[in-house]
Amino acid sequence: METRMLNLKINGRDYQVPEGTTILKAARDYAKIDVPTLCYLEGISEEGACAICVVEVKGARNLQRACVVKVNEGMEVWTNTARVREARKLNVELLLANHPKDCFTCERSQNCDLRELASELGVREVEFPRTSTEWLPIDNTSLSLVRDPNKCVLCRRCVNVCAKVQSVYAIDIMGRGSNSTVSTFLDEGLGNVECVNCGQCLLVCPTGAITERSEIPDVWKALGDPDKVVVVETAPAVRVAIGEEFGMPDGTQATGKMTAALRGLGFDKVFDTDFSADLTIMEEGFELIGRIKNGGTLPLITSCSPGWVKFVETFFPKVLDHVSTCKSPQQMFGTVTKTYWAEKMGIDPRKIVVVSVMPCTAKKFEKERPEMKTAFHYWQEKMGLKDEEAFKDVDCVLTTREAAKMIREAGIDFANLPDEDFDKPLGESSGAGVIFGATGGVMEAALRTAYEVLTKKSLAKLDFEDVRGLEGIKSADIDIDGTILKVAVANGLGNARVLMEQVQKGESPYHFIEIMCCPGGCLGGGGQPISKNPDIKKRRAEAIYREDAGKPIRKSHENPEITTIYKDFLGEPNSEKAHHLLHTEYCDRSCK
Amino acid sequence: MKSLEELKRIKEQTLKEMDLRQAKERGKVIVAMGTCGIAAGAKDALMAIIEELEKADIHDVKVVQSGCMGLCDKEPTVEVAMKDQPAVIYGDVNDANARRIVREHVQGGNVVADLVIKRENI
Amino acid sequence: MIRNQLLVCAGGACITSGEKSVKDVLVDELKKNGIEDEVQVIETGCMGACDLGPIVVVYPEGTFYQKVTVENAGLIVNEHLVKGRTVSELLYSEPTSEKKAQTSGDIPFYTRQVKRVLRNCGVIDPLSIEEYIARDGYFALGKALEMTPDDIIGVVLDSGLRGRGGAGFPTGLKWKATRAAQGSPKYVVCNGDEGDPGAFMDRSVLEGDPHSIIEAMAIAGYAIGAEQGYMYVRAEYPLAIERFEYAIGKAREYGFLGRNILGTSFSFDIEIRIGAGAFVCGEETALLRSIEGKRGTPSIKPPFPAQSGLWNKPTLINNVETYANIPQIITNGAEWFRSVGTAKSPGTKVFALAGMVQNTGLVEVPMGTTLRELVFDIGGGIPGGKKFKAAQTGGPSGGVITPDYLDMPIDYDTLKEIGTIMGSGGLIVLDETSCMVDVAKFYLGFTVDESCGKCTPCREGTRQMFHMMEQICDGKGKDGDIEKLTKLGKCIIDTSLCGLGQTAPNPVLSTIRFYEDEYRAHIYDKKCPAHVCKHLLTYSVTADKCVGCTACARQCSVHAITGEVKKVHVIDQSKCIKCGSCYEICRFGAIRKE
Repeated sequence: METRMLNLKINGRDYQVPEGTTILKAARDYAKIDVPTLCYLEGISEEGACAICVVEVKGARNLQRACVVKVNEGMEVWTNTARVREARKLNVELLLANHPKDCFTCERSQNCDLRELASELGVREVEFPRTSTEWLPIDNTSLSLVRDPNKCVLCRRCVNVCAKVQSVYAIDIMGRGSNSTVSTFLDEGLGNVECVNCGQCLLVCPTGAITERSEIPDVWKALGDPDKVVVVETAPAVRVAIGEEFGMPDGTQATGKMTAALRGLGFDKVFDTDFSADLTIMEEGFELIGRIKNGGTLPLITSCSPGWVKFVETFFPKVLDHVSTCKSPQQMFGTVTKTYWAEKMGIDPRKIVVVSVMPCTAKKFEKERPEMKTAFHYWQEKMGLKDEEAFKDVDCVLTTREAAKMIREAGIDFANLPDEDFDKPLGESSGAGVIFGATGGVMEAALRTAYEVLTKKSLAKLDFEDVRGLEGIKSADIDIDGTILKVAVANGLGNARVLMEQVQKGESPYHFIEIMCCPGGCLGGGGQPISKNPDIKKRRAEAIYREDAGKPIRKSHENPEITTIYKDFLGEPNSEKAHHLLHTEYCDRSCK
Repeated sequence: MKSLEELKRIKEQTLKEMDLRQAKERGKVIVAMGTCGIAAGAKDALMAIIEELEKADIHDVKVVQSGCMGLCDKEPTVEVAMKDQPAVIYGDVNDANARRIVREHVQGGNVVADLVIKRENI
Repeated sequence: MIRNQLLVCAGGACITSGEKSVKDVLVDELKKNGIEDEVQVIETGCMGACDLGPIVVVYPEGTFYQKVTVENAGLIVNEHLVKGRTVSELLYSEPTSEKKAQTSGDIPFYTRQVKRVLRNCGVIDPLSIEEYIARDGYFALGKALEMTPDDIIGVVLDSGLRGRGGAGFPTGLKWKATRAAQGSPKYVVCNGDEGDPGAFMDRSVLEGDPHSIIEAMAIAGYAIGAEQGYMYVRAEYPLAIERFEYAIGKAREYGFLGRNILGTSFSFDIEIRIGAGAFVCGEETALLRSIEGKRGTPSIKPPFPAQSGLWNKPTLINNVETYANIPQIITNGAEWFRSVGTAKSPGTKVFALAGMVQNTGLVEVPMGTTLRELVFDIGGGIPGGKKFKAAQTGGPSGGVITPDYLDMPIDYDTLKEIGTIMGSGGLIVLDETSCMVDVAKFYLGFTVDESCGKCTPCREGTRQMFHMMEQICDGKGKDGDIEKLTKLGKCIIDTSLCGLGQTAPNPVLSTIRFYEDEYRAHIYDKKCPAHVCKHLLTYSVTADKCVGCTACARQCSVHAITGEVKKVHVIDQSKCIKCGSCYEICRFGAIRKE
């Protein structure tokens, strides 16, 4: 059916827009007028709460919210009258009246929507006093995220992302009137509810009300300690986003500069999580092959994404046996560093500090899981360690943003650094490891290896286009020498829920499912730079696939360091030793 | 409930029960219920009047009570005050007389002459 | 054989003021006198005159006994019913003439009213569906089911009935839009979330005449094509919930709800949804969210509920008082409905009369009645010979009517013209002792508490206004405050998401419009002309009246008053906390308050 075009006037000029267009879209896309917004998030948060986007509409008694009001035939809109300007300004002033005035020291001082709005609308003084008599307590319960309700402007973007995109419903509005806050069930704090630590709320927060739990001080401390061997691993999605923090164009492949900058910070070794991504493919690929051959539980579902893992533990505990027992690449890396590499280098594992740079806030939670102390258990008997000497496989997790902050703090001119390479041996990786950073990447990497292992033939074309792209749920039938492997890929937990409901009902047609917690996969993770570019995920994904295409080795099983680690240390994929070190278990977190 | 007929039947039935609360247009019967009246049997007269009105299906006449009318030797006394007619007070209204008053005066419109003790001046 | 019926008002107010035990006493006394079979005690809904409660009416005489207590209830049985003697001490007497009223027909409070919405309240036993039927109940439904839906909507349109919830939107248009809307199923919702402080006409109807609402909702269901209705009542109305629930059960039993009503193919049922008493849930979009089990926050209109309401389906939502008019409109026709009221606002309106007025309670009058009739004829005027200062209508969303408009016919449009609204019908009478700044602050405080907190102007704006009002009342008002209040108030009206915010500044703007002098006195002279705002009062001793009795000095808790016996006392202003206790205790009128 053809869309009807409607005539409208914006500021006296004629435009034609398709029926169903909001005034906001009409103004932005057709009249090229930026009606300011604060609470609006296209397709996700369209509540009309903040009252900043108000415009004058002929015939309407009150000012209308451009973000939600749709264009009518013959509508006449004014976006820039005195009445409109005054109202917008006054509403920003009202928000500022009770807002903390600590912009100098605020985490978001450089990218705060509220501050920008105040500046754009010409708010030069706030004529209203603070009326709240006390400050609200900061929610420090989460291992990943910190919420400061005092900075919250009640835009509800976080609430809507959590509910509509992630289907987690960990936060909602509590209280009413000026006592409203965004909070969790019974005010228990993010750490004590179903929150999966994905940090999508943080990404959409217009102010500094939600930030990651910073581990920068811990990392500086380790770097300054001469007794420690501080090793850094970087996740695949970090290298295609960190450049944004330094003014480089969106989608810049900054792998070499990132490596150089981290070395500049004083890390003893700059390694790559892509190495353990390759290792994951070996373990998970063989787990899949094993399950198919031996009639094990199918579909097998990936387990790289800690937000997803907590989600499935919370909402689908009955089908945990579908989830791969493989640890995530971050955790495999920590274990391998403190066992294989420590042994190889003759370093006391207790002296090693593993820092990971991740696009992810949930990784901060993951590294604290009690079962993630495999290296300690490996050494406990050999070295006669006491229980209280237990150490974690991964010591610190920095988000992409935190890493960038440290680089800035150290005065490193990131954008102009000469490129450098990762250190050997744990810096060696294949293109398959790189694409872990995009939705569909784990699937594609696994297919490259599974195909060749199963058929003993070389793949003619390495790109599995069907599983690429930002679509919420993708599926494909993969022909492996006559055997059809049915696969599906979901990104964003709302999409994951759809596939999981099938699995729970026993109606899933698939053999193998990849699930990434965040929309777009890790490249859209809650630890990534906060971007206003609506196409940012696309840009980062393009960079990831360029990175893969440029790699001399593009299949995990062809990574020579992977061959070496199996030969020298682990034995076969899924060997008993590999199981002991690289696999994990899950727990039921549902509320009973 | 399947029809309006049924609904009407309930209405008629209930209206009778609610009769006491309806506005009575045609007149009232006042029973003197002072100590003297009660002692002389005013209660019996009152109940007989109500019963007789009911029997005759008369719903537009109100039965009310009053204190002593000051005619103690003629108790029980009952006043019949029909609209547009002078009020009549009857004396010695026992059960049987009460029923006569309802039938003849209230229903028939004829004053029960032998029981009258006082007539309102026209 | 029943010779007498005692109607005992069992409205919420009368129960609070002791009806339950009054009824028990009456029943006990009847038993003692052995006449329990001759005299029937019936509980009814509210009779309206709440300050006279508990009320007992003795039929057939219609004798109206007021302020009946456990102590004196026995008199009604022992005197009136046994001895036929009216208990004159329990009769209502005219405050001015001291004349005793025998029946409600002798009380101006009742005689000036036109009871349509409240026609059954206080007249029938709300628990008896038969009594409702006897008063022509469910005949309108029967008639409606023989009409076409469009004809019914036509009658409602022709009647000119406007939404009694506050905004006065034409009811027929809502019905028409919901019928025309695409989507199925459709729903009928009754808004019983009466939240304006002081207004309780909806509660009264639900408690006193629940079947009228059930009947109206069924008619609406038939007219718009819905089979399910929801009655949304606030949890603070337990009696209304109990009686409505009982009435639903009876209606089902009699076949007025359920499958194939009155032998037709029309099916309809009603469920009760209990709200947690948030004022904003009276706003229709918030109310619908609440029925869905979600947080009651308003959303942008359009889409209107008629297009996308409950669970995004077309939904008709009207208020209780609006529905209460429907059966009579169907029975008597549009012309009958228009026979009272004004051309643009036909019919009657129930007001909750309160404040500085002799008679308080629920009064139903034709639209177009003047404020003078309401306050002076029905309300009996201002007690204590004080002067009428203003009337506040529309609760926290409304404004004030000044003495200049006493003779203006009241309807939706005239009230709007002078900057207030009809609202749900709250009418608070203020006399010369009321401070208009303080009154506006009170209402604003209510909306600050009741704002849902969703949109910036309502959440943040109202609290800034309230803060300014507090400052002004505390003597900390600054030059420019009036202008700032006006500017902010207009912005809140202009940019708030729903009706709550869009009307919240009205009490302040309306009082600034008519009583700017009082604001100026507070801000610039630091005086409260009505002597209400504590911080702006000064207590001093009038030397020639003070006899030096020391009573005030002894009473003063902060030792601000000094003086020797038989000598003139002095108040130290720096110590005085303006508690007023010296003013209260002085027997010589020597303490001056200004």
